Amino acid sequence: MEFLRPASLTEALEAKAAHPDATPIAGGTDLMVELNFDKRRPSALLDLTGVAELAEWDTDGGSGGDPGGDPGGDTVRLGACVPYSRIIGELGGRLPGLAMAARTVGSPQIRNRGTVGGNLGSASPAGDAHPPLLAAGAAVEAASTRGSRRIPAAEFFHGPKRSALAADELVVAVHLPVATGPQQFSKVGTRNAMVIAVCSFSLALHPETGAVGTGIGSAGPTPLRAEDAQLFAAAELEGRWEAPGPLPDSVLRRFGELVAAAAKPIDDVRGTAEYRRHALAVLARRTLTWAWDDYRTGSWSRCA
Amino acid sequence: MRVNIEVNGEQRVADTVWEGESLLYVLRERLGLPGSKNACEQGECGSCTVYLDDVAVCACLVAAGQAEGRSVRTVEGLADGDRLDPMQQAFVEAGAVQCGFCTPGLIVAAHDLVRRNPRPSDLEIRESLAGNLCRCTGYEKILDAVRLAAERMGASGGTA
Ligand SMILES: Cc1cc2nc3c(=O)[nH]c(=O)nc-3n(C[C@H](O)[C@H](O)[C@H](O)COP(=O)(O)OP(=O)(O)OC[C@H]3O[C@@H](n4cnc5c(N)ncnc54)[C@H](O)[C@@H]3O)c2cc1C
Ligand code: FES
Ligand code: FES
Repeated sequence: MEFLRPASLTEALEAKAAHPDATPIAGGTDLMVELNFDKRRPSALLDLTGVAELAEWDTDGGSGGDPGGDPGGDTVRLGACVPYSRIIGELGGRLPGLAMAARTVGSPQIRNRGTVGGNLGSASPAGDAHPPLLAAGAAVEAASTRGSRRIPAAEFFHGPKRSALAADELVVAVHLPVATGPQQFSKVGTRNAMVIAVCSFSLALHPETGAVGTGIGSAGPTPLRAEDAQLFAAAELEGRWEAPGPLPDSVLRRFGELVAAAAKPIDDVRGTAEYRRHALAVLARRTLTWAWDDYRTGSWSRCA
Repeated sequence: MRVNIEVNGEQRVADTVWEGESLLYVLRERLGLPGSKNACEQGECGSCTVYLDDVAVCACLVAAGQAEGRSVRTVEGLADGDRLDPMQQAFVEAGAVQCGFCTPGLIVAAHDLVRRNPRPSDLEIRESLAGNLCRCTGYEKILDAVRLAAERMGASGGTA
């Protein structure tokens, strides 16, 4: 086995091009388990933790990449190797949905090492970063010596542990719009810490466009969006943004049903398909209630 | 491969390290530091918790090569000679140690908590020790120990 230790992004991409079968390692919280248990014997490890460019985040200032010039179009470019603990500590105001999901990952020791780049690299349907990326309309920046491209989160996941990444590509960053409305993440598991989600759900309200974003985790071969539920909620909220009152129970219930219908769950050791659908309807109803209440009362805030 | 790591303030060299080897293995088997325990090797139990560049991590999930040129502090590096760190002393006094297997990891994790948050609430203590399993004590005495250490460290202006 080789151990490759690039000191810059250019070196990392060159190393990946020269050794397409080299396995990247960031926090190691997925990969080291496989190595320790002899489930994987890569020909080379490509250590990304020495690449400073990957461990930073910034915002695109100004009015951002939004063609409408809406200041709400400002985005965060989150380096692939920024650990969850820093997302929680530094980005809770700008990326509340992702920060909420990050708080539920593993334990402090896991959050100190684990990264969104690694979550995407593993592409598990249960990865907790994925639902908030889908709900926020994030894009994954992948790069190789051939150049870089942005893959919408909704097109990134191709199957269980399969993604749109090519053999010579690395995840370099994730681009997420700075929240312009309340976001939520909720996860079902057997205890508060150290659980792989039985199922999870993330919601993002976008008051400036009237859109509603969703992401479903651990209830299908890939993380999913609930598109019918998004359209339904957006239509129901239209006209309510200006003078928001409580949402009727019928709306909340229908939203839950549509989210449950979008899932493609299976029975496995963590839960049955039927339970997952039921739980998703509950999570969807609750998160919409919480997010809308936050919007109505103005108690959500965008400043970090 | 050869790996150079600063461990507990000393520059150390480990040779013939396998590229897929964990930092935990290097500490225990190559550098003679068995304080960090090996129980699950999958990040679930926290008994291998060490500081890597001042951040508390599971040493079983760090590839040895990732520690090249970095600094590691293990439970062996907390005491000042024969004088135990206040967190270690509190574990002894509160009866937070039974078989002792989980103790080194818990002490490093609790040390990290109190260093960052000198007056943790019970909820914060539970949250920050959620990645450390103990099969013996039922955790109550461990919570007592962390409260005791936090009180003393707060009173003396904290430790390094
Ligand atoms: C005890 C424990 C609890 C956990 N709890 C949770 C949880 O609650 N929720 C959750 O979602 N996950 C959980 N995980 C899984 C893991 O922590 C996450 O998936 C984490 O995001 C992985 O990030 P990493 O940087 O550690 O990845 P690594 O282990 O370093 O890499 C994971 C995979 O991604 C690839 N990779 C890494 N970085 C890149 C990159 N930049 N470009 C391309 N490929 C890359 C690697 O080659 C590897 O295949 C847990 C793991 C453990 C051990
Ligand atoms: S041995 Fe590392 S967490 Fe259990
Ligand atoms: S004292 Fe035995 S595992 Fe904690």
